[in-house]
Amino acid sequence: MIEIKNITKSFGQTKVLDDISNCFKQGEMNLIIGASGSGKSVLIKCIVGLHEVDFGNIEFNGRDFTKMSFMQRKEIRSEIGMLFQASALFNSLTVEENILFPLQMYTKMSNEEMLDRVNFCLKRVNLINVNQKYPAELSGGMQKRVGIARAIALNPKYLFCDEPNSGLDPRTGIVIDNLIMELTKEFQMTTIVVTHDMNSVMETGENIIFLHQGKKWWEGNNIEILKTDNKELCDFVYASKIMQKFKNQ
Amino acid sequence: MLIALHHIGQYFLLLNRIFKKPENFKLYWRQTLSEMVSLGLGSLGLIAIISFFMGAVVTLQTASNIDSPLIPDYAIGFATRQSFILELAPTMMCLILAGKIGSNIASEIGTMRITEQIDAFEIMGVNSASYLILPKIIAALLIVPIIIIYSMFLGVLGGAVVASYSDFSSMDKYLLGIRWNFTMFSIVYALIKTLFFAFIITSIPSFFGYYVRGGSQEIGKAATKSVVYSSIVILIVNYILTELLLM
Ligand SMILES: Nc1ncnc2c1ncn2[C@@H]1O[C@H](COP(=O)(O)OP(=O)(O)OP(=O)(O)O)[C@@H](O)[C@H]1O
Ligand SMILES: [Mg+2]
Repeated sequence: MIEIKNITKSFGQTKVLDDISNCFKQGEMNLIIGASGSGKSVLIKCIVGLHEVDFGNIEFNGRDFTKMSFMQRKEIRSEIGMLFQASALFNSLTVEENILFPLQMYTKMSNEEMLDRVNFCLKRVNLINVNQKYPAELSGGMQKRVGIARAIALNPKYLFCDEPNSGLDPRTGIVIDNLIMELTKEFQMTTIVVTHDMNSVMETGENIIFLHQGKKWWEGNNIEILKTDNKELCDFVYASKIMQKFKNQ
Repeated sequence: MLIALHHIGQYFLLLNRIFKKPENFKLYWRQTLSEMVSLGLGSLGLIAIISFFMGAVVTLQTASNIDSPLIPDYAIGFATRQSFILELAPTMMCLILAGKIGSNIASEIGTMRITEQIDAFEIMGVNSASYLILPKIIAALLIVPIIIIYSMFLGVLGGAVVASYSDFSSMDKYLLGIRWNFTMFSIVYALIKTLFFAFIITSIPSFFGYYVRGGSQEIGKAATKSVVYSSIVILIVNYILTELLLM
């Protein structure tokens, strides 16, 4: 469980996040949705500590992250897996070395154990025979999967995904969404997914928060979201013709 | 002016982060070795061609500009040696390396920044500044002096080829000039300068790459800036070191 309280963050004069509080539940898919530029990426980067918050607290199972020293944070970070918006695979390393990296950094496993773990993770995301390939040789969907495999390498308690299905065709997108959902249930992780894709919202949204103008504008699940009468959220959800049609029926 | 001071401050803060104790020596060492290969081997060909022809041209120029009978023939070899060892090899070659290595480093690190690879390192608890930049600096400090000695050798060799094939001098006289009044200090002096330059041509481009914001256009700008600034800093430091070391 991750609890954030009164998170506020500005870049210069512009306030990107304004007093956001929420509780992200363990073993469930927690979605952050909102229009482009609404601060979704900034919010998860604040939670994992890539940006320092100006104000507010972040608690990982009761441990206050914002008050920690570098070494204490490192311990929490070893429990965090993150999939970045652009996959962020290390492009000078092979797929295998990419997944080995966190293992070499944090564990004292022997080489064979590490390779076993790598192969387990790759198999878990349905990738085979790519160990010696470089990220540039893989398709976007495969890169995302390697990103997920790297994120789960250390058996994280907390999984963060920044737009896991952007740039993918709808079907591959759903495959990735379902994969993240399965892993969340299987390993009982606290998973936070940033998305602006209505497909994933409908498929996986167990807890959803909607960001607008830097504020938490709405929260609920994928059934409630269809019944909402919140104007800004309706504009977001029913932006496409197909969704409008769906609403009118 | 304020922005310049801000950048200089930021540069030194970054250096402070770079020189933290590495988390994992094995990974750092592996990285350093691979940087040595890419910085070193990648530049050998270019440096060889430039040094050889510069040596040849310096010898030709000196020979054709000396027409006084009072100046001995071996002055040609002497002039080639002095100009190469003292300035052309360390300063010129490092300026050339600043262009080649510098733009490379800035765009490599800049790309890692905008594709969030640097964030990914941070998430894994790695001090990204140190992990990405320290191996480059160490590799350069180890390998650039070797490249410069190699450049000195090829420059003098270029001169020797000219001396032996043209009619204004002979190989014997050229070699005499090369050995005349030689002190080891000039090599030491050149290598001291080289170490400073090696640090400059890796740390400044790393700085510009590390703080790239925005898209791929910014990477190009960072690469250009890093070449310009590292060249200027090399020239200034060269002047200061020459004052200090030769006085
Ligand atoms: N490092 C930064 N410095 C200054 N401003 C920033 C920085 N990072 C983000 N911003 C600003 O914060 C705002 C929110 O950005 P963010 O990347 O969180 O949007 P997003 O909701 O993730 O959008 P998208 O769906 O397009 O990824 C933007 O206006 C952006 O310009
Ligand atoms: Mg984003």
